[in-house]
Amino acid sequence: MRVMAQMGMVMNLDKCIGCHTCSVTCKQAWTNRSGVEYVWFNNVETRPGQGYPRTYQDQERWLGGWTLNRRGRLSLKAGGRLKKLFSIFANPKLPAIEDYYEPWTYDYDNLVQAPLGDHVPVARPKSLISGEDMQVRWSANWDDDLGGGPDLTRSDPTLKAMTEKANTQVRLEFEKTFMFYLPRICEHCLNPSCVASCPSGAMYKRAEDGIVLVDQDRCRGWRMCVTGCPYKKVYFNHRTGKAEKCTFCFPRVEVGLPTVCSETCVGRLRYIGVMLYDADRVAEAASTTDEHDLYEAQRRVFLDPNDPVVAREAERAGIPRDWIEAAQRSPLWALINTYRVALPLHPEYRTMPMVWYIPPLSPVVDVVRDAGVDGEDAGNLFGAIDALRIPIGYLAELFTAGDPAPVTTVLRRLAAMRSYMREVNLGRPTDESIAATVGMTGDEVQDMFRLLALAPYDERYVIPTAHTELGDPTALAHKLEETATECSLDYEGGPGMVGGGPFGEGSGGAAPIAVENFHMLKDRQTADTVADPSDRVQRVNLLNWDGKGRPEGLFPAPPAERPTAPQLMEGTDPDGEVEPRP
Amino acid sequence: MSPLSTVDVLLWLVFPYVCLVILVGGLVWRYRYDKFGWTTRSSQLYERRLLRWGSPLFHFGILVVLLGHVMGLLIPESWTTALGISDDAYHVVAVALGTVAGVCTLVGMAILIYRRRTVGPVFSATTKMDKVMYLVLGTVIVLGLANTAIANILGSDYDYRTGLSVWFRGIFYLQPDPALMAAAPIGFQLHAVAAFALFALWPFTRLVHAFTAPVGYLTRPYIVYRSRDAHMGSRAPRRGWERTGS
Repeated sequence: MRVMAQMGMVMNLDKCIGCHTCSVTCKQAWTNRSGVEYVWFNNVETRPGQGYPRTYQDQERWLGGWTLNRRGRLSLKAGGRLKKLFSIFANPKLPAIEDYYEPWTYDYDNLVQAPLGDHVPVARPKSLISGEDMQVRWSANWDDDLGGGPDLTRSDPTLKAMTEKANTQVRLEFEKTFMFYLPRICEHCLNPSCVASCPSGAMYKRAEDGIVLVDQDRCRGWRMCVTGCPYKKVYFNHRTGKAEKCTFCFPRVEVGLPTVCSETCVGRLRYIGVMLYDADRVAEAASTTDEHDLYEAQRRVFLDPNDPVVAREAERAGIPRDWIEAAQRSPLWALINTYRVALPLHPEYRTMPMVWYIPPLSPVVDVVRDAGVDGEDAGNLFGAIDALRIPIGYLAELFTAGDPAPVTTVLRRLAAMRSYMREVNLGRPTDESIAATVGMTGDEVQDMFRLLALAPYDERYVIPTAHTELGDPTALAHKLEETATECSLDYEGGPGMVGGGPFGEGSGGAAPIAVENFHMLKDRQTADTVADPSDRVQRVNLLNWDGKGRPEGLFPAPPAERPTAPQLMEGTDPDGEVEPRP
Repeated sequence: MSPLSTVDVLLWLVFPYVCLVILVGGLVWRYRYDKFGWTTRSSQLYERRLLRWGSPLFHFGILVVLLGHVMGLLIPESWTTALGISDDAYHVVAVALGTVAGVCTLVGMAILIYRRRTVGPVFSATTKMDKVMYLVLGTVIVLGLANTAIANILGSDYDYRTGLSVWFRGIFYLQPDPALMAAAPIGFQLHAVAAFALFALWPFTRLVHAFTAPVGYLTRPYIVYRSRDAHMGSRAPRRGWERTGS
């Protein structure tokens, strides 16, 4: 037994309202920079839908993750080491920018600088890649709320897989369809195929908390990690030529704060905690022959932190005492193992993902209620879960490689909780038989309700802090960039050091992201124009104009060239009114 | 033999060493100062159709060309003769491989430069250093291919294996004979000068990625674990705040 600790997350999809607050705050914190305009470390997809990047779940096309070779051993689906090196000069399976979307901004300046004319000036979309005018055709959530459906929805790979297997059609017509939201971040897998795909060895899994990171100084931009990740959660920064990915907000997590996406989640649907697992059994579990068994196999890799043998082994492995205690209080352990309501996303990729999901019961409740019967009556709900094969099959494709049994079990538990708690809320005697039908006791149901519905802050986030006294004393955590314990701007060269080195935008030392944000916000707050061009690194125009290229008319003319008087239309009286004519 | 002119001494004695010092010193400096900028700066995200053809053609071509240069420059003629390889056999292989690889490299590079110029996003991601590098690299390749064509196909009595190669090897044991290069045809002289200029330019261009070719991938374990403390953070401890060894 080799005990390791893993930081992970569970998301309760029943509570996701698809507000994208997590995506926006994550973008502001991490990818509000040039080169990663198209990158969303956190994104929220409407299911059914194509996802971001488009159809990323179709592994026959993108070849992400692991597969079993003829001898039944794990191998990278996109090919082994030699094949990788031979295709390194032009990666055949790299999503193009169109598969994500071409990022854009708007020519806002035209709104205030346009000469007087007959027509109201417009802000045309400008590509952030080429700087040219562009047609906006796609984005990270173009098919949000089933927009564009059913035409776009039909291309959902999960829907296709489900249709092929179950030979059922999902109703996509207006008012007959179903949908839910799926927020996604990096899975920080136990068996990460991106790490295995990196030729330079720049990607690694942190031994202390299992967070998967890219060493920016060692990444050479070979792009194999993007192909390797089946969730397509490693991105290529096209300005610096380096891979970037979700960091699980390690600077926050190290000091005990939840990730930005969790902290700002409106629905309070995210849970963060530590899981202990046996690193020696990961490869064996990931090699499980039957895809349907992968969920249970991964569950067996986790170790019970309340087991004294495990606790002793963990301490022997150098895991600090407070981490073991955090693992015992971990909401992940409760949701994954005690209540068994959380399921992994696409276990069939064999990466052993560590962001798990509680499948949504709400679409089922809605259907039952719309049918005119009591949507919270246990009998009605249990019957509906079995009868409504369509959402179950779809959820099973997402969370259990197509096996409906575990999903049904979870949904029945959630349904039982609703019915049981309704009696409590109405002050009626509780019906223990409801709890018993799903193999729980009334107390367990009430505990689960507390964690799922009340979700107190300190029970949702049980995050032990990093131990700076362990390991190499010359590199302490408080010296890591951007830790919350000291000023982020306090680094070599100081806040003045922003900008490119002599070899292009990406050269020289990496400016901590907080420094970039600091400059951006300062510039935005102090500039007296909409698009002040005085500073090259400054960003303007809402969130992410990056100063790349100089499309005509995007920037105001430098003061010397700026006409002193407003340009007037021919035949206009200079002394007349200067307001646009209707 | 006529005495060496100053130009000959400068070109075939001083220049190569200056260039090699810049190459080694520049690489060390760049690696220390600019690890973050040490990348391929791939533009595949912008455009892949042309890259799909141009990049492998160029890279595989240039790797074979490199092998050819190792054969021709570093391995003395006496060794191949000792192995029983006749001069004719050697030249047939050299011409065949050299021409095919050289043409592949050149065509690949032509595709890549065309792509760089015509595809908007790729063009705007091109630095001044890239342009200089393309110029020098292109010159070296064209001159080299021209030499192969002239010397081996049209026929020439110049045997670079007893002239240029001996001089080149001499550089590494610090006894280069500039007279050998002074006697070489102008094509070879130009190719050598351009090549050394490329070496001097190398550390300051994106070509540095060649020195971190990921051969280690073949032997390392798939999953890399690294301790949080081992290699993190982008700033060194401030002066006066370094920890003692306790």
